[in-house]
Amino acid sequence: MPLLPESTQRIRAIAARYPHGQSALIPALYVAQGEQGSLSDETLAEIAGLLGMTPVDVKAVASFYTMFYRQPGGKFVFQVCGTLSCALCGAEELIRHMEEKLGIRAGQSTPDGRFKLEVVECLGACGSGPVMLLGDRYHHNLTPELVDSIIDELKTAPLPEGLPAPQVESAGKPER
Amino acid sequence: MANEIVFSQNHIPGIADIATYLDNGGYQSLDKGLGMTPDELIEIVKESGLRGRGGAGFPTGMKWSFVPKDTPKPRYLVCNADESEPGTFKDNELMLVNPHQIVEGMILACHAIGSQQGYIYIRGEFVEHIRAVSGAIEQAYEKGLLGENIRGTGVTVHLAVHPGAGAYICGEESALLNSLEGERGLPRLKPPFPAVSGLYGCPTIINNVETLANVPHIVNNGARWFRQWGTERSPGTKVVSVSGHVNNPGNFEVPLGTPMMQIINDLAGGVRKGHTLKAVIPGGSSVPMLAASECDIAFDYESIAAAGSMLGSAGLIVMDDSTCMVWAARNLLHFYRHESCGKCAPCREGTDWLYKTLARIEETGGSESDIDLLLDICDNMDGKCFCPLGEAAIAPVISSISKWRDEYLAHTAHGGCPMRREP
Ligand SMILES: Cc1cc2nc3c(=O)[nH]c(=O)nc-3n(C[C@H](O)[C@H](O)[C@H](O)COP(=O)(O)O)c2cc1C
Ligand code: FES
Repeated sequence: MPLLPESTQRIRAIAARYPHGQSALIPALYVAQGEQGSLSDETLAEIAGLLGMTPVDVKAVASFYTMFYRQPGGKFVFQVCGTLSCALCGAEELIRHMEEKLGIRAGQSTPDGRFKLEVVECLGACGSGPVMLLGDRYHHNLTPELVDSIIDELKTAPLPEGLPAPQVESAGKPER
Repeated sequence: MANEIVFSQNHIPGIADIATYLDNGGYQSLDKGLGMTPDELIEIVKESGLRGRGGAGFPTGMKWSFVPKDTPKPRYLVCNADESEPGTFKDNELMLVNPHQIVEGMILACHAIGSQQGYIYIRGEFVEHIRAVSGAIEQAYEKGLLGENIRGTGVTVHLAVHPGAGAYICGEESALLNSLEGERGLPRLKPPFPAVSGLYGCPTIINNVETLANVPHIVNNGARWFRQWGTERSPGTKVVSVSGHVNNPGNFEVPLGTPMMQIINDLAGGVRKGHTLKAVIPGGSSVPMLAASECDIAFDYESIAAAGSMLGSAGLIVMDDSTCMVWAARNLLHFYRHESCGKCAPCREGTDWLYKTLARIEETGGSESDIDLLLDICDNMDGKCFCPLGEAAIAPVISSISKWRDEYLAHTAHGGCPMRREP
């Protein structure tokens, strides 16, 4: 599926703000993933065309960073930190609890594609562990009860289009 | 609080908004700082003794002076807001609570190094922080504090946020530059150092968020004022991120040289009831562990180094007596194995071997020779990796074996972790 015209326009505008257009690659991947939920070969090739890169170079970058998905996954992705500070505060037990609650193992999605459970490395919020990132929001000081209520609420929530992405147009660069 | 610099405005409600920030003396340092020549500005920062807060502790003024003065190329400033060192969450709070302080510091740093374009590279997971800093930059443009000819001084500075996308290695400055250029985040060979050839091959200074947040205060109040805190070789304050087995984890800004046990007990509330302190990692996961008996030291660069560890990013991870040190080392090697960028073999293969060997010891006890194997792998990585990530990965292994060898032996004797809590 080709990108929407709005998305290609956004990518062109972002590229124009850097001295070298290729710097817009990570922002461009966010724009595309925000729209489509994951990054297909077709989409990567389209981005390559927009930024004057080869598709293989774009693929190499998209596969390097953990925040980009090459395959469609869950619509609600639980990214639970498993690194030391969080683990000292019970992250391992929490992850086991979530596996049971969701009926899947870490790394898997539920059969209906609604939820995905990922164990990720340090999220830079180690003072309030266990911590997880859900979409664009951090959840701190998690307990089994807390995640249960979050999961129960999302069971009936409307499914989002695409995946949440950070704001990639920041002020501050005159047009090239 | 009296001893705070970069957190001194955190208690002011709405300080993230430019109106409140300006009402509280925000951007005042530009009147003074942009009126100075770049050399004068560099000199003040040199005199203050400010050292980089990102991990290496390199003197900031000296780093700035390495930028060639006669180059026809554009020069760049990059603020490192990757906040990726496990145990460290200080830049997190600095960006969310007081983003204008960082913008102000970046403007001054740009002037000092003759740069008209700065980027702040923020890890992609920090969606809210990206919004906060982008918002601050936008407001600063609206008030004429960014852009062409700032406040009629003739100084031009543009700033923009650039998002990361999930990769610890992108906190390493040369990998960060590759990432900012739209490449995989692999480290670059040094020299040339970024100050000479960095972003797009142009002179580039990379500084941590907290480093830059100190600069407006130094310019406003002077180098001597800054030196009222800290020690001769570690002047100023440091935000210490305390996590793990303490009652009151969080960020605490203290004068460098504050007793480490005071930070743990008085500020972070001490270890949990019924437990005693076993070990700490004082400077983020990449520095050697210290046993409780080694913790009666001052928290500054030289004292922690004398104790055999490093201040690093001041991510102070506290572990009480319920912690299995083999488990802790294994947990960290899981991190380093995942985050190794794969560019050099000693790191890519070494972190994998270390992880697998630690997992074997923890799960099934392994054998005594596995302990020697671990040390041998570390030896094959030490000084042989392309960038400091590989050196960082061996710190928890070597320090845990040298200080808690008996625990490793208990694993081999017991056929696995004797402390394992049944699920
Ligand atoms: C593997 C690795 C990860 C790093 N991560 C960070 C980081 O997240 N934030 C940071 O400011 N510095 C990080 N650093 C240190 C930077 O390379 C660099 O020294 C620092 O940003 C320089 O700024 P400073 O002089 O103000 O400290 C890291 C270094 C290495 C080797
Ligand atoms: S260890 Fe979990 S956020 Fe840092």
